[in-house]
Amino acid sequence: MKPGRTCATTGRILTQIRHDPRTVVLLLVVPSLLIGLMAWLFSNTPVFDRVGPAMLALFPFIIMFLITSISTLRERRSGTLEKLLTLPISKLDYILGYTLAFGVLAILQAAIAVAFAVWVCGLTIKDSIGLLLLVALADAVLGTTLGLLASAFARTEFQVVQFMPALIFPQVLLGGVLLPRAKMPDVLYSFSDWLPLSHAIDALNAVANDSEDAAYIGGKLLIIAAFAVGAILLGSITLRRRTS
Amino acid sequence: MNSSGPAIRIEGLYVKRGSYQVFNGLGLSVPAGALIGLLGPSGCGKSTLMRAIVGVQKVVSGTITVLGSPAGDPGLRRRVGYTTQAATIYDDLTVRQNLGYFRSILGAPRSDIDRVIEETDLTDHAADLVGSLSGGQRSRASLAAALLGSPELLILDEPTVGLDPVLRVELWSLFRRLRERGTTLLVSSHVMDEATRCDRLLLMRTGVILADETPNGLLEKTSTTTAEDAFLALIAGDKRGLSGEER
Repeated sequence: MKPGRTCATTGRILTQIRHDPRTVVLLLVVPSLLIGLMAWLFSNTPVFDRVGPAMLALFPFIIMFLITSISTLRERRSGTLEKLLTLPISKLDYILGYTLAFGVLAILQAAIAVAFAVWVCGLTIKDSIGLLLLVALADAVLGTTLGLLASAFARTEFQVVQFMPALIFPQVLLGGVLLPRAKMPDVLYSFSDWLPLSHAIDALNAVANDSEDAAYIGGKLLIIAAFAVGAILLGSITLRRRTS
Repeated sequence: MNSSGPAIRIEGLYVKRGSYQVFNGLGLSVPAGALIGLLGPSGCGKSTLMRAIVGVQKVVSGTITVLGSPAGDPGLRRRVGYTTQAATIYDDLTVRQNLGYFRSILGAPRSDIDRVIEETDLTDHAADLVGSLSGGQRSRASLAAALLGSPELLILDEPTVGLDPVLRVELWSLFRRLRERGTTLLVSSHVMDEATRCDRLLLMRTGVILADETPNGLLEKTSTTTAEDAFLALIAGDKRGLSGEER
């Protein structure tokens, strides 16, 4: 692994995205618009304060998953990945380059979404906003790494889009947005404990309500980070220099 | 490193793609410092052979030695340049940005970027997005990336496809210049006329090397005057040979 090659890859991906301003705008603005829509929809009820924190996890997570899986799949399909793997770049350099590039975008996206939710939509945050931002960011990075991993198992754009309902929707359903996790049937509750998004939503709720101590939130962040690192390692194992 | 040895040596190569057996014990040798043409119709296995030499093709068995190391050896990644048939270059970057990225991956000197842009005649398009270039310009940009770091061996899969005759002649003269600098080139093509520009020719059909000759040697051996006729004569001869063995 060489930091220079990782950074060169990150810079290359960010330059590619800069040439596509429409994607940049959509990436940065859409989560905030959706959160604004939620706040408006529930404006006469106390619901937004309950589900608002979870929204900060959901939208960046889903969008980063989609955008990462499609852009890496595109690189596989166009042959540039195969070309790169004939060059002196390690598989980890490549995966980390992608993680960092989309991580930078995730920071911007999460910052805008958090600022919009708190200052425009009036989401009540009892604990620190910095901590909220940190959790939202960890979540967007998790979406990026899962997207990288998913693209390894997809051969076409159609397949990779199908991975969203297959891998992401169950996490949304069981994550505690529709029904608090404590009220779920026991089997589903224990299953949801194995899904990274559940922990992200738990952490965001804890920050919003200041209901748990820092150790609890730190523990949840560690679980999210473990899933992200696991996805990066699995992703670099599944990259093959030789193909049939 | 034994510099007098062949640049590429292949023995008993078996390759399967899906259920199709592409190579059944193929063997060949490419001398160092030569410009070698790999000619044959589309689908005969040229690209698969090149992929195997670069080390991105799964092989069933056989040995491929490239510049003294087994194909795909990490040490070869700086010493072998490769272009695929489709231009493998980022559409949403400019030519110069693409080359800048590949240069930093290779650790090649910065001055290489201007050199390869000039060698591939892309000076006027260096600041253009690759996606806005024509097919021929894109494949030259892809070639430029392969020239970064001045590799000892170049494996070029159909680099002249879709180019107008003037550009084709220019590219072949670039290949000759590179060879004079000591680079070994293996260049595939399905255009038989390009044969005459090479030092040696490998004629390939359905995964079999029909001939490994100098262009003149090939014409003499088959008593023909064009590479196309020589190819046809070899196929006819090959069929006679086979039926003779069966009897």
